[in-house]
Amino acid sequence: MIAEHAIILVVVLPLLVAPLCVLLGRGTLAWGAATLAVWSSFGLALHLLGRVLEEGVLRYQLGGWAPPVGIEYRLDLAGALVMTIVTAIGAVVLPYSFASVRREIDEHRHAWFYACLLLCFAGLLGITVTGDAFNLFVSLEISSLATYVLVSIGRDRRALTAAFRYLLLGTVGATFYLIGVGFLYQMTGTLNMEDMARILTEARPDGLGPVHSTKTVRAALAFLTVGTFLKIALFPLHVWLPNVYAYAPSVVSAFLSATATKVAILVLLRVFYTVDGKATPFDALPIADTMVPLAIVGALVASFVAIYQRDVKRLLAYSSIAQVGYMAIGIGLATQAGLAASLLHMINHAIMKGTLFLAVGCIVYRVGQTRLEGLRGVGREMPLTSTALVLGGLSLIGVPLTAGFVSKWALLQAVLADSHWIVAALILLSSLLSILYVGQVIHVLLLRKRPPGAAPIQEAPLWMVLPTLVLAIGNLWFGIASDQAAEVSRQAAEFLIREVAP
Amino acid sequence: MGVAIDIILLLFLLSIAFAACVTRNLFSAAMLFGIFSLISATLFVVLDAVDVAMTEAAVGTGVSTILILITLASTGYRVSPRPAGRQVLALAVSVVLGATMVYGTLDMPSLGSPDAPVHTHPIAQYYTEVSPVEMGIPNMVTPLLASYRGYDTLGETAVVFTAGIGVLALIGRRRRKDPLPIVEEFREGGANRHRVLRVISKQLIPPILLYACYVQAHGDFGPGGGFQAGVIFASGLMLFMLLFGVEHARRIIRPVVLEKLIALGLLIYGGVGLVNILQGGAFLDYRTLAHDPQHGLHYGILTIELGVGITVAAVITTIIYSFASHLRDHVMQRTLRLRQGADAAQTSPESGA
Repeated sequence: MIAEHAIILVVVLPLLVAPLCVLLGRGTLAWGAATLAVWSSFGLALHLLGRVLEEGVLRYQLGGWAPPVGIEYRLDLAGALVMTIVTAIGAVVLPYSFASVRREIDEHRHAWFYACLLLCFAGLLGITVTGDAFNLFVSLEISSLATYVLVSIGRDRRALTAAFRYLLLGTVGATFYLIGVGFLYQMTGTLNMEDMARILTEARPDGLGPVHSTKTVRAALAFLTVGTFLKIALFPLHVWLPNVYAYAPSVVSAFLSATATKVAILVLLRVFYTVDGKATPFDALPIADTMVPLAIVGALVASFVAIYQRDVKRLLAYSSIAQVGYMAIGIGLATQAGLAASLLHMINHAIMKGTLFLAVGCIVYRVGQTRLEGLRGVGREMPLTSTALVLGGLSLIGVPLTAGFVSKWALLQAVLADSHWIVAALILLSSLLSILYVGQVIHVLLLRKRPPGAAPIQEAPLWMVLPTLVLAIGNLWFGIASDQAAEVSRQAAEFLIREVAP
Repeated sequence: MGVAIDIILLLFLLSIAFAACVTRNLFSAAMLFGIFSLISATLFVVLDAVDVAMTEAAVGTGVSTILILITLASTGYRVSPRPAGRQVLALAVSVVLGATMVYGTLDMPSLGSPDAPVHTHPIAQYYTEVSPVEMGIPNMVTPLLASYRGYDTLGETAVVFTAGIGVLALIGRRRRKDPLPIVEEFREGGANRHRVLRVISKQLIPPILLYACYVQAHGDFGPGGGFQAGVIFASGLMLFMLLFGVEHARRIIRPVVLEKLIALGLLIYGGVGLVNILQGGAFLDYRTLAHDPQHGLHYGILTIELGVGITVAAVITTIIYSFASHLRDHVMQRTLRLRQGADAAQTSPESGA
């Protein structure tokens, strides 16, 4: 029975444990319930990934109503891949959160915090698995609203303005998405993605070409694309991101940086391929021509700005904008190799950014701040944390034998296969810049001396260091034994592209 | 006639929106927003979307106006003009946005056209012709929201739940060990001093609450359901709070109870889905609930609507309580500070002179 309903339970379990956390009311109990729910989801997601690899697309009719009358859950390989990333990061972050949350968030808010974390988690998973354009919006709203709360729930007052700004821009993005879906509904009469894709290629009632050539559908695509760009934080719509990641509690920064933008990219793939694939959005709108330049400029500017940051978390946030740029380049190429490289980089970036933010969280636990000048020599007294930090940093740069190298190499190959020499050169330049900012952090933490008279620092608690190290080793694992992940992302890309083929 | 009403209402909307943009006084902008919502609600009635009109009237006109006013009371209501450069940018973005919207409508089927894809797609026929027979429910909006797209409604309930928890987490009051001293001026609620308001509103509250229960239970046959019932119920409670003050209202329905109710409503809704799975059906397949599938559908819809109603009413009341308590603490601390300042000035007149 569980196997049959796994696809819905993976989302509904965390969604319903969230109100349970509020009823339990105590921080420790809520943490226990949340951990159990997230780990169950992780187990279910692994099971689902295995089944999608074997059987192909999985479907589930909610309420027992056949689509398009009812809502359909439809899990393809790309969805299963992102689902696995989200649940895996969740499973690592939750054990870590116990100590970190106690240090960074007021105690009477703990139950509410875990409820919101679960809601955000469930909302992100709902996006990965849905086959209905409006249901996707509902899940997007759950995760976004929960995110705004998670960012501002800590003690740092600056997080409030960051979250407010994010709320404004995020709402604009979600509204754009909704307007786009509304326009598409006007022209197709359905909300089911596959049904939409079918009707878009049909002839218009007045016989003037297919439905997707109408002005309404073009406007819809423009709204959907810009709305999703806002959520992805693609340059120049990234302004909300740095302060959100910098001032949110450590657990939240780690979870969001590793999952939220990845899921938003999946939304973009859903728009481009699943909904509008047969209508070939890359021909209808100048998407590739705008996306690749924006992405590469974004990667360069963000890497450059990251060098001048004096706050570690802000520095990592700017680096995230750069990394999102790499993923956008792969999608903008509109080739199978590019798409596969983007998906692979999604997995690897989740692992390396997760590692880095968790390691910084360990430092925050002991030192209580993230300004670079306050962290001189701290790494020497926290050996395990700094090991993780160095591994994550090397992966971020893209040093061989780390995960970051594998996907960056795949991306470069995809770019060169289309003979975009300038783009390839700029990617390399941006990687050089990343050596500077990562090097700066490692220099301050390990090579500088602690100021005389500073109090000695202990290593962070075991339950924080252990999850951090697990992710850090993931960087090596996916760097050395990279075939499996590469193969899965290649298949996922192939499936998405095949949907487009007439 | 219908067209004339549409045009007049739309002209009203336009002029109010313009006035709200132009005014420098946030207090009048808040009132204009309220009127804007009221007219939108009227427009929804004209468009035969009575359900939406109910929600818009209760939330847009009632609750959100009060929330904005409470916020203005603690922040002030004058705005200073923004630098011209940013206004130009904002104007440019708005123009592009508006142009795209207009461009999108060029190929859109005209309003109410029977040839529109929305009406010609087979599912439209299913919802209007098969559903009443299959469900045995005359109001075809209710099965659509509660069953065919019931999972979306579960999601929307989760959104409302998140909003409630979010407000609690950000501005909810911590249970204080040492409560602030009560200041005489705040013992009585503001409007309680005005006899006419008190007498009239007191008589309004019971019918509002009763009407909410009617809307909750009668969703199968007339416009309504959990969302509408929840917001109407909460606006009745809000009226009580405005009359007698938030402290009094908090004593009648305690915030802790509300917090548990928020969670309970969502759990009821999701619980129905889990029971369906245990009965061997799909998640939210209410037909498994009883021997006769149609009875099962009715049980399922009534139960989940109850869940929605509980969560929505509890969340909106919680939000109003939290805002009002926040303002009350703010004003009281300011008054206490002023009074201490005055006392200090009295005890040492030399320093003041």
